[in-house]
Amino acid sequence: MISLKVNGKDRNVDVRPDTPLLWVVRETLGLTGTKFGCGMAQCGACIVHLDGEAVRSCVTPVSRAVGKEVTTIEGLAANLAGPLQQAWIAEDVPQCGYCQSGQIMAAAVLLRECPKPSDDDVDACMAGNVCRCGTYQRIRRAIHRAAEMKAKGGGQ
Amino acid sequence: MNEVVNLSRRGFLKTSLAASGGLLLGVHIPALGRSAEPAGPAPAEFAPNAYLRVAADDAVTVFAGHSEMGQGVYTSLALLVAEELEADWTTVRVEAAPVDPAFNHSVYGAQMTGGSSSTWSEWDRLRKAGAAARMMLIAAAAETWNVEPSACRAENGQVVHADTKRSLSYGKLVEKASHLKPPKEVTLKDPKDFKLIGKGVKRLDTPDKTNGKAVFGLDVTVPGMLVAVVARPPVFGGKVKSFNADKAKAVPGVRHVVEIERGVAVVADGFWPAKLGREALEIAWDEGPLATLDSRAQGEHYAELAQKQGVTARQEGDAAKGLDSAAKKLEAVYELPYLAHATMEPMNAVADVRPDSCEIWTGTQFQSLDRDLAARDAGLKPEQVRLHTMFLGGGFGRRAVPDSHFVREAVQTSKAVKAPVKVVWTREDDMHGGFYRPRAYHHVQAGLDAAGALTAWRQRIVCQSFLVGTPFEGLIKNGLDETTVEGAKDMAYQIPNLLVEWQQAPTGVPTLWWRSVGHSHSAFVVESFLDEAAHAAGKDPYEFRRDLLPKDSRHRRVLDLAVEKAGWGKPLPEGRGRGLAVHESFGSFVAQVAEVSVSKEGKPRVHRVVCAIDCGPVVNPSGVEAQMESGIVFGLTAALYGEITFEKGRVKQRNFHDYRMLRINEMPTVEVHIVPSTDKQGGVGETGVPPIAPAVCNALFALTGKRIRRLPIRNEELKAG
Repeated sequence: MISLKVNGKDRNVDVRPDTPLLWVVRETLGLTGTKFGCGMAQCGACIVHLDGEAVRSCVTPVSRAVGKEVTTIEGLAANLAGPLQQAWIAEDVPQCGYCQSGQIMAAAVLLRECPKPSDDDVDACMAGNVCRCGTYQRIRRAIHRAAEMKAKGGGQ
Repeated sequence: MNEVVNLSRRGFLKTSLAASGGLLLGVHIPALGRSAEPAGPAPAEFAPNAYLRVAADDAVTVFAGHSEMGQGVYTSLALLVAEELEADWTTVRVEAAPVDPAFNHSVYGAQMTGGSSSTWSEWDRLRKAGAAARMMLIAAAAETWNVEPSACRAENGQVVHADTKRSLSYGKLVEKASHLKPPKEVTLKDPKDFKLIGKGVKRLDTPDKTNGKAVFGLDVTVPGMLVAVVARPPVFGGKVKSFNADKAKAVPGVRHVVEIERGVAVVADGFWPAKLGREALEIAWDEGPLATLDSRAQGEHYAELAQKQGVTARQEGDAAKGLDSAAKKLEAVYELPYLAHATMEPMNAVADVRPDSCEIWTGTQFQSLDRDLAARDAGLKPEQVRLHTMFLGGGFGRRAVPDSHFVREAVQTSKAVKAPVKVVWTREDDMHGGFYRPRAYHHVQAGLDAAGALTAWRQRIVCQSFLVGTPFEGLIKNGLDETTVEGAKDMAYQIPNLLVEWQQAPTGVPTLWWRSVGHSHSAFVVESFLDEAAHAAGKDPYEFRRDLLPKDSRHRRVLDLAVEKAGWGKPLPEGRGRGLAVHESFGSFVAQVAEVSVSKEGKPRVHRVVCAIDCGPVVNPSGVEAQMESGIVFGLTAALYGEITFEKGRVKQRNFHDYRMLRINEMPTVEVHIVPSTDKQGGVGETGVPPIAPAVCNALFALTGKRIRRLPIRNEELKAG
């Protein structure tokens, strides 16, 4: 039995320690907002936060999450989730939507570390996230919009 | 109006009752399992036809027969209903329709999503459905107030009697309206009175796609469900010779190892043990006749085929004579590779096969066929199969498959292990899974007269058919598979001597419609070679095209607009080049102007794309813009990186590291301009794709003088020096 803390709750899971965190989150805990895209850290669809840092859960063994705070899209703190989700809605960002949990989880770290990101900051932080529908232009706009909303203390 | 009347609630319920064993249910929340279905009576609701219902709490639910795969169709279909219903847009939601003839494509006759056709094909049907409901709600209010219906009007989710300033919300009229007969005829609104259509609304599915709640096929869980991965032959057309499951079964969590039609399924408690089990599985394959397939040799074979006369797709004048008598002749070969759809969500399906029923959850573009083929595999009647359409994590054609293989794998596995099973494809499975955009080899010749006018064009296209041997073989007419020549066959340029031919390449590698289908290669060749002709004639590529296009054509309209907005002819910064292309596909007309630069190492970069589209009456402008942006990224990704190749029968590419996707740091600025148009409505899902590769390569030529005739673009061809 492995003990985890996911979205603030203590969870015990009976899985092999080498199981990628992605499948524990999705299958064992039923948190399916985190997506499987590539299985080799190429696309970012599976990003979760481990003690606040973005990690690719598809290549992170569950054992690495022990003793750390795991945050998924479902548990993203309101002060980050609020502005990002509102900006995503305002810019009509998602198309198929499959990659967008990962995009938002990556953008949340960006906005926390860099409250007023430049386009280069967006490129540097978001280039690891693939969107096959090509929503990049709108993602960029939405990140800038969320940054503004956050600066004004809105969007929560 | 007849179709609305025929699809009365009663008639619809009869079929859906038979199919579901319960009342018509929403599948928006993935109910997952019989236990999740409500046991009590349905709440009061008004369901005048198959396409919508109004609940007592004023909520309007629209049932979408077309799959939401990113193209925004849930929002645009809901707009069609809501406009005529005079609904309060904030109360409108969408659910995936059940499989039912009511949702058969209004032209293609099966429940499916494809051909960039969802919006135009529902334009009449869903507006009529909304209008019929509006009339019934008005009648119910008039009856309540004992006034004439003509004295009442509907607006923003309520019926108003102006004379007495009374109003009732739709929810309050549900009970009474349910007892009324649908009208025999409906009146549709004058487009000038539209309040929602063409005005722009936010997509309805965004909230759930930003908080983790949207449920895709891969997210579905049902009680007692097992997870399977399938070991498939390493070579297309291969078969299992024998296998030893001992080591696979020794992996903790692996429950079953069963042979199914397309390979061996390893069934486990979850994905990870299933994957480990597959790695431990020992299989001997009969690799079949494609075991030696090699892309280089295949290319040589295509070149040989191009020497032979093909099936005539279009003939004007006499191309041979025209070429003979030309003052200047051009000749070129263009080559395009197999391409994978690479949807972000890999293929998957959940099936629960029981002795007398089968339930399926999946993201599909082809519900009726999947349902019927699932029934055949399950040994059941189609009406015993219930298919839930989930959100699709991308489609692009990949999820409309003529053999329903990704659904049938789950059905066959569930039947074999007598439990609900989710079959998960890894990214590598998906990349190796075939159903690619066919490889294409075009031999083109053109002739110019002494004045530089284009007088002759001959194009021979070598390409395999993905219709042969499928239920769609009937689409091949007079030996011609139109999907291989579309975009060339129907080119709008007025060339007096024109010949387009198709030479069929051998089948074997599974191929399929890939976002924009034949246009994805034909537009590249036509628009690139036309550019070659313009330069050979010493003419401006824009003027050259314009002169060849019919006056007042929609092609000219978008071309003129794109050129104007892009500042065609105005100076560019040092190191930048500009190119354009215009193309019609799926009933819409798109022109794009690309601005590019090239690094010392020959790496191209696209900075800006100006896109103009005429798709007829627009339902949701933001959706049209989004689809143009999306198509441009899709086409640009293919132009820069896309290539599936074979060595010893095996696909060489595996994942996103060697089948690359465009990323945000490579994203050009895209500007979309929509031509206000009342002309025939076309599609938008695919039409942004075809012009981008030629626009970019024409820009690269303008900048470097180097002509790209082979995709993807090889940087070494653009290197300075």
